[in-house]
Amino acid sequence: MRRRLIALLSFLLVFSVVLAGCSEKEAKVTKSRLEVIKERGKVVGGVNADIPGFGYVESDGSYSGMDVDITKAIAAAVFGDATAVEFRPLSAEERFIAVQTGEVDVLARNTTLTTSRDASVGLAFAPVTFYDGQGMIVRKDSGIESLEDLEGARISVESGTTTELNLADQMRKLGISYEPVVFDSQDAAVAAYEQGSVDAYTTDRSALVSRRTTLSVPDDHVILSEVISKEPLAPSVKDGDSKWQGVVTWTVYTLIQAEEYGITQDNVDTFLDSEDPEIRRFLGVEGDLGEQLGLPKDFAVQVIKAVGNYGEVYNRHLGPDTIFDLERGLNSLWTEGGLHYSPPFR
Amino acid sequence: MDKNKLLTKKPQKSPYHPSTGTLDWLKKNLFSSWLNTILTFVFATIITFIGIGSVKWIFLTANWHVISANFRLLIVGQYPIAELWRVWICLTLVSFLIGLSWGLWKGTMGHLTIAVTSMYFIVGCLPFILMETRIWLLINIAVIGATYAVGKKWSKLKKSTLIGWFLMFPITIFLLNGFGVLNHVGSNLWGGFLLTLLIAIVAIVFSFPIGLLLALGRRSKLPIVRWFSIGYIELIRGVPLITILFVAQLMLPLFLGNGIDIDNVFRAMVGFTLFTAAYLAENIRGGLQSIPRGQFEAAEALGLNTTIKMTFIILPQALRAVIPAMVGSFIGIFKDTSLVAIVGLTDLLGMGKNIISNPEFLGTQMEVFIFVALVFLIFCNLMSYASRRIEQSLGVGKR
Repeated sequence: MRRRLIALLSFLLVFSVVLAGCSEKEAKVTKSRLEVIKERGKVVGGVNADIPGFGYVESDGSYSGMDVDITKAIAAAVFGDATAVEFRPLSAEERFIAVQTGEVDVLARNTTLTTSRDASVGLAFAPVTFYDGQGMIVRKDSGIESLEDLEGARISVESGTTTELNLADQMRKLGISYEPVVFDSQDAAVAAYEQGSVDAYTTDRSALVSRRTTLSVPDDHVILSEVISKEPLAPSVKDGDSKWQGVVTWTVYTLIQAEEYGITQDNVDTFLDSEDPEIRRFLGVEGDLGEQLGLPKDFAVQVIKAVGNYGEVYNRHLGPDTIFDLERGLNSLWTEGGLHYSPPFR
Repeated sequence: MDKNKLLTKKPQKSPYHPSTGTLDWLKKNLFSSWLNTILTFVFATIITFIGIGSVKWIFLTANWHVISANFRLLIVGQYPIAELWRVWICLTLVSFLIGLSWGLWKGTMGHLTIAVTSMYFIVGCLPFILMETRIWLLINIAVIGATYAVGKKWSKLKKSTLIGWFLMFPITIFLLNGFGVLNHVGSNLWGGFLLTLLIAIVAIVFSFPIGLLLALGRRSKLPIVRWFSIGYIELIRGVPLITILFVAQLMLPLFLGNGIDIDNVFRAMVGFTLFTAAYLAENIRGGLQSIPRGQFEAAEALGLNTTIKMTFIILPQALRAVIPAMVGSFIGIFKDTSLVAIVGLTDLLGMGKNIISNPEFLGTQMEVFIFVALVFLIFCNLMSYASRRIEQSLGVGKR
């Protein structure tokens, strides 16, 4: 009995020493993520690998999509090299933990900016890169024209998403009774809709547009004009690192500001000898905005050269030349009636 | 007189008349009663409908272009094209060893080799395969043939071939990663079936010794060793695999703090190994318990120490008894590797999920998932076939 006790005590002793060693190491690390990234030589970006238009894998194995381009822009801002980035595909469940633990430096993965995610999940959001909203798709011949017509309908929805909660909120508000049919993947939910076992399918409008193109006769289906919820999608970083958050924030603003100035991937060099002081400051010809952010002087030029301005990024993945042909709508610049607006670079 | 009559009577037709033609067989098995006849017609109709539907879908509706265009992604993931030769060298080395083993051991190896060779051949014949891939596959087939001839002639090579199989694993990892000697290819680029196979092999190879030690530890007389083994086995067996993966992928970095960065593929491999080890330990313990006390006592009476007693008397018998159970675990773990798709690794299934999100291939999930299922089906069947043959050759269940 005494031998057992001694053994147990010695085991506990060893264990506590190991634990103490761990905590000591943790206390030491306080430097900004930006320093860590510069030392490492690449940005680790948490992206979605299975959302059409936002993040997916091309046949040649490279990542592509709008969120992927945002991450590339950040890498270009830090290193002047859009390839200095490692993509980490993340599932919806693990995305927040991956940011909290420092697995990824930045999360650009169709994440809706909400109060609780900002406050209690420990994320710090950069500006919104895509204003989405939840929509509803129905069959044309069903005669459904608005949410009120959905009384008693079966609606398929993905489980565990804000989409499911929004649907419940909205329908309760309107006093409509309906039957939610919950699936754990978008594919299954769409398949159920296409087979006709449900009357409607709801998800973000951007996804609805892409899903509609894959239905066997897309013109038989119509997306209701009502928007059920606001879904502003924004990149995020770990809370409490204002320096790194600043880099991500201003990289996004760079994309938006570049479109406002009309600076594109192709013509960026011609703007370098522009007389306009605002543009000169923006491109780093004058002033020290880059240094203030902890970035190279010409980070904006690098960002634009790497991915283009916001409009170019949008059109490349969601614009008229893609199968989605998604209208800019809210995602236009403020000058064109949209919501994208960059504070002044000065 | 009566007796005589009985004897001279023409012998009655035997009640058993073996059926000869197809008609007889049909009548006996499908139309023996009116109930069976109805059942036959009902099921024939259902099967025909499903059959026609499947054939129509496979040949007319399905868009197999998604598989052909992404074949490389599905098999080796995002491994850089310029470095693909390393994967081919690994495969060629495996072919080399397979050929040698076939020549040396014949029997079971022969069937497996033929299966592997025909797989190379079929893949090589697929219309969308690149010329370079075809040449490599051809080289592989040739290597198998050549080494078979060598193995057949020199039967002394058995030991070196076994050593070769053991060295194969570190060589593969070295070639794939590079470790500074060759260009570094991070494990975030290992994907597709390559990753599935690697995780499964690592889990199988490393869980075996750990499981063995745990099984022995659980029967040990040393309390700490025994408690630790029991605690470990029961802890791991008490939680689902996916939680272990979540802990490995998400909680571990949290525990380790910011300074230490462990590769996420490596973490998944460790998770799988630890999980498999616990189950394997219980399998092996079952084998150990099936050995009669007499065997232990006899070995002790001969004055053998514990190590010799275990390695030469007990374990060979115990392990032989649990081969089916162990292979069952291995097949299970091979299929379970697809769970890593949930924690964001791009194994065969994860890669399939990524591919169907490419706007070019939207709506092709059926094709991709059927392909993934087919690959798993083929490999799981090969594994269970191999285990059946090994059981037969070791005489499990006969002796």
